[in-house]
Amino acid sequence: MAAAEQELPKIAASVAARPARSLWRDAWFTFTRDRLAVTGLVVLTIMVLGALVGPYLWTQPATAIDFTIALKGPSLEHPFGTDDLGRDMLARVLFGGRISIAVGITAVVLAVTLGTAIGAFAGYFGRLDNPLMRLTDLFLSLPVLPVLLVLIYLFRESLQRSLGSEIGTFVMIVGVIGVLNWMAVARLVRAEFLSLKRRDFVEAARCTGARDGRIISRHILPNSLSPVLVAATIGVGGAVITESTLSFLGLGFPPDVPSLGRLLFDATNYLDFAPHFAIFPGLAIFLIVLAINFIGDGLRDALDPRRKI
Amino acid sequence: MDQAVSHYRRALAIMGAALLLVAACGQQAGTTPTATASVAATATASVAPTAARGTGGNLTILYWQAPTILNPHQAGGTKDNDASRLIIEPLASWGPDGKPLANGLAAEIPTTQNGGVSSDLKTVTWKLRPNLKWSDGSAFSADDVVFSWQYRCDKGTAATTAIYCEDIASVTAKDPNTVVVTFKAPTANYWGEFGVGPSEGVLQKAQFANCVGAAAKDCPANQKPIGTGPYKLASFKAGDVVTYDVNPNYRDPNKPFFKTVTIKGGGDAEGAARAACQTGEADYSWNLQVPLAVLQPMISAADSKCQFAATYNALERITVNFANPDPALGDKRSEPDQKHPFLGDINVRRALAMSANRAAVAEQLYGKPGGEPYCNVIVFPRSKSTDSLDVCKYDPAAAEKVLQDNGWVKGSDGIRAKGGVKLVINYQTSTNAVRQKTQEILKADWEKIGFKVNITNSSATTFFTNTAPDGYAKFYADLEEFASSQDPDPTGFLQQYICDERNAKANNWNKNNVGRFCDPAYDTLVNQLKSETDPAKRDALAIQANDYLVKNVVVISLVNRTAPTPNGYSKALKGVQGSPFESSLYDIANWTK
Amino acid sequence: MGRFILRRLLVAIPTLIAISFVMYAILALAPIDPLAQFALDPRVPPEVRENVRRSLGLDQPWPIRYAKWLTSLAQGNFGISFMTRSSVSDLIWQRLPNTLAVVGVAYLVGVLIGLPAGILSAIRRNTVVDRVISLSAYAGFSVPTFFTGILLIIIFSIKLRWFTFIYDSRLEVTDLQTLWLQIRQSIMPITVLALFDAAVLTRYVRASMLENLPLDYVRTAHAKGLRERFVVLRHVLRNSLIPVVTLIALGVPAVFGGAIVTEQIFRVPGIGELLVTSIGTGDTPVVAAVVIIFAVLVVGFNLIADVLYAVLDPRIKYT
Repeated sequence: MAAAEQELPKIAASVAARPARSLWRDAWFTFTRDRLAVTGLVVLTIMVLGALVGPYLWTQPATAIDFTIALKGPSLEHPFGTDDLGRDMLARVLFGGRISIAVGITAVVLAVTLGTAIGAFAGYFGRLDNPLMRLTDLFLSLPVLPVLLVLIYLFRESLQRSLGSEIGTFVMIVGVIGVLNWMAVARLVRAEFLSLKRRDFVEAARCTGARDGRIISRHILPNSLSPVLVAATIGVGGAVITESTLSFLGLGFPPDVPSLGRLLFDATNYLDFAPHFAIFPGLAIFLIVLAINFIGDGLRDALDPRRKI
Repeated sequence: MDQAVSHYRRALAIMGAALLLVAACGQQAGTTPTATASVAATATASVAPTAARGTGGNLTILYWQAPTILNPHQAGGTKDNDASRLIIEPLASWGPDGKPLANGLAAEIPTTQNGGVSSDLKTVTWKLRPNLKWSDGSAFSADDVVFSWQYRCDKGTAATTAIYCEDIASVTAKDPNTVVVTFKAPTANYWGEFGVGPSEGVLQKAQFANCVGAAAKDCPANQKPIGTGPYKLASFKAGDVVTYDVNPNYRDPNKPFFKTVTIKGGGDAEGAARAACQTGEADYSWNLQVPLAVLQPMISAADSKCQFAATYNALERITVNFANPDPALGDKRSEPDQKHPFLGDINVRRALAMSANRAAVAEQLYGKPGGEPYCNVIVFPRSKSTDSLDVCKYDPAAAEKVLQDNGWVKGSDGIRAKGGVKLVINYQTSTNAVRQKTQEILKADWEKIGFKVNITNSSATTFFTNTAPDGYAKFYADLEEFASSQDPDPTGFLQQYICDERNAKANNWNKNNVGRFCDPAYDTLVNQLKSETDPAKRDALAIQANDYLVKNVVVISLVNRTAPTPNGYSKALKGVQGSPFESSLYDIANWTK
Repeated sequence: MGRFILRRLLVAIPTLIAISFVMYAILALAPIDPLAQFALDPRVPPEVRENVRRSLGLDQPWPIRYAKWLTSLAQGNFGISFMTRSSVSDLIWQRLPNTLAVVGVAYLVGVLIGLPAGILSAIRRNTVVDRVISLSAYAGFSVPTFFTGILLIIIFSIKLRWFTFIYDSRLEVTDLQTLWLQIRQSIMPITVLALFDAAVLTRYVRASMLENLPLDYVRTAHAKGLRERFVVLRHVLRNSLIPVVTLIALGVPAVFGGAIVTEQIFRVPGIGELLVTSIGTGDTPVVAAVVIIFAVLVVGFNLIADVLYAVLDPRIKYT
């Protein structure tokens, strides 16, 4: 067991240096000892900061059209080159990062929370299993495209009117991605619950008089986080791409608002003669996914109750 | 998660382009005998050299929308019309000049000169070519022509080609080679209403006799029609691929050149462009409506394999909403009786037109394969007097002055306003790469002179329905962009701006005047045009109506796009002569390599 | 277990009816129109369009259309497609082989790569092997298929001229030469899809294996001196398979659903392409048929997954 053995000295060291015990403190302690996880966190923080502050530091406008410099490669003036309308790609990637990170993370949090809750209830309470899982079957079976069209038809305008155009659109996008993507998480969590709820440690907790809520949240859930975190980390990349899908339906942000997924899609057809157009947004998405996966792996280790001595 | 949804994106973008173009083509209605004397009753154009029938191997054609049915009268779109055109022919076709071309079943084009058209414009006599045969060897006769008319005009058949049925009193076979058409009233558009163009395909009576009325719906013959065209069907996988063999009974013994033809459907326009220009996997790629920046490097590369024919007749335009789309109005929203808060002001409309950089849109996004900058509304006849109008010139400074001089002044937010009304515009269109770029260019133009512009788009699937709230017909926005092509006769196109055609809840948004524009003076012009039969006077009236629409900025024309579609084809392919009023494949019998 | 399966099968029928009802309601509500292609065509005026809609039965209220559709479905009839005017089941049968040959094979390849890669990644945790596999996986699911598809076309079709990117559905594999042609035309879409599927699966397998590797029984097995590979396969893998079974049970119906983007890019006339085209053209009978078959597969494979859970982990009991 190469892996387990490697971890042992580390854990031993951590025991010695450990301050007062609490679940979150423990987790944070383990997390900060994980080099990759910390790297991920740093990279993500830089990207978030870049997206938030970047447009103020890099003051070239993201929307100024100039056909004379369309599709030019990277230069001092335009470090990421320009797009097909001659707009500065660095400014667009910075601006796009803002939307993509916000949408990606929020939508995944929603989908995973929803999926985990439904999966947990279905797996733990036998009588809820059938109705909740048949609901999952329903959501899995429905064709996404007509559902989206109906959602736009019914809700777009009222949401935009009550929350304002930008927040309304954001809520709509996040809501749609969340509501249409929780099913896999629910199935995964339920399977973990089915398997875990008969284990000895759960029986033991039950015998000590723990209530259902506590058994679910303190005993079973932490042990089934692994697939949830994988689903979440994989989902962020997907949500970033999905966001750009929605704007083609008229559901997302207006076409002049750049997001990373949209930039990448627009750039794909120029791949053979203006590769810079695709590389920078693509790289930005990859870095976000990478950082979030490192963080996810670190979190998994940190929150895994079995890893503690 | 994710993949499922992200997959839809490209597909939708594709459908977007599909619908936009379909809306822009396949509309070949009538024409007036504007230059009757010059109509040449020639046979097919003599572009093809002496090549023997069937010596040319296989011709591969790519359609990114796949044909689903081969009966042109049950077509679900241009793709079906085109795929059936190799088999099913009309009496005559519309030539590139907008005049009928006798390359079909008719021996000559009936005119008043040759006696084919009666002087009261009520009776037209079509002479058919003698000794024609169907591809199965049976004899073709005038009965088939009469039957085809009865077929498509039967209400139960529910043909998409059932137009002008009410105008015609009778269609009879005088003898096996003569068809007589009698109109109920004098008809200037007699070619367009019967005989000429892609919706006039002639079916074999023997094959379709049991498919009239309700039986038409799932008639097996729809999938395997017998025709008189240069090719006959070899195999058909609906929604995927059609293959054809030479029709051994085709009337011209030297044609067609290719032994077999394959129409492969599906995919996307960008990929189709690559197949025609870069890999050469396709000899002919239909409808390459992709941004010029994508297409140009493929065309100008040293080893490029493709060329384009450029004939223009599809007006990409911005329609102005004269009704108020304010959501606060509820049911009254965009109803014709609700006046728009600022687009009713001619100065605001003029400023919009003067600051729209048509040239940038046309040259940067469309280029020669895609279209030309255009300011007129009708394509035939072309008005010259609009060239000098200020609304046709790009001059942002003058546009700004128009607003300033008329009391529209900038507020602290940079948006111009007058009496509390701000110039905030919602500008909608259907999802499509080129259209979105157009929106971005125009938004930048207009915001420079003090408008605030919000651009929105929705998938063509919903945009082109009359029920969607973000669709073109309900028009819950201030400006919207789409395209459509025109017939050689401009009457129908001009008619869509009259008061009676205004879209409203009462007519379920099923009319053609989506801008809800209404001016009795304009209606008078159109009514005069409708009753006029003298060709020269008709042209003058049409130009007058066109100039009215341009001067009053009822519509902001942008680009006169390639028609029927921008098709890229192999440099080795010869004899391709597109017509902006016809199916892309109408002259396939003449193609050689 | 037998009673559980029987009960679930009985529940499946009302479930499927409920799914079909919701689906039909959504299709009826969605603003899609089979005549949208003719919206601006002066040759097809509103009256003509209205008449065609009537002939397709679209003038009736949707609950009536639904009842009719359900009745004919109960007799095994999927109806007539609006666009082809021919039988919907013929269309699906015509498309299915292409989907299986591309999407199905890709999924198989994806599983065959993803499972071992995930296992390897877990047992060689934090080594170079793990890093390489993990990084490839991250790249695999952060790059969308529309991008990899075009990248492959540019490299292998345009620059190198190795493969074609126009799929010929008429090709029948009868000998080695046609087999080679089939590989040539399907290798790019299969690669695109398999890489994505493998990337996702690798991460789940790895995470699941890591859950079980540090457990007591693994240590016990070690202490008893059994060979590592045996320990891993016998104990850890079996216990790590539950999430994998869940995923594959979700993935197999998805194979039937097709891969819309990849099918479009490479012109594979599969079910995914059929579905999206039919939605775009408002061809409700086709959409409804594909969705209901898909729903049957979802319900069926989720039942199979539930049965497999109990086989893999005898402690799982259904009440």
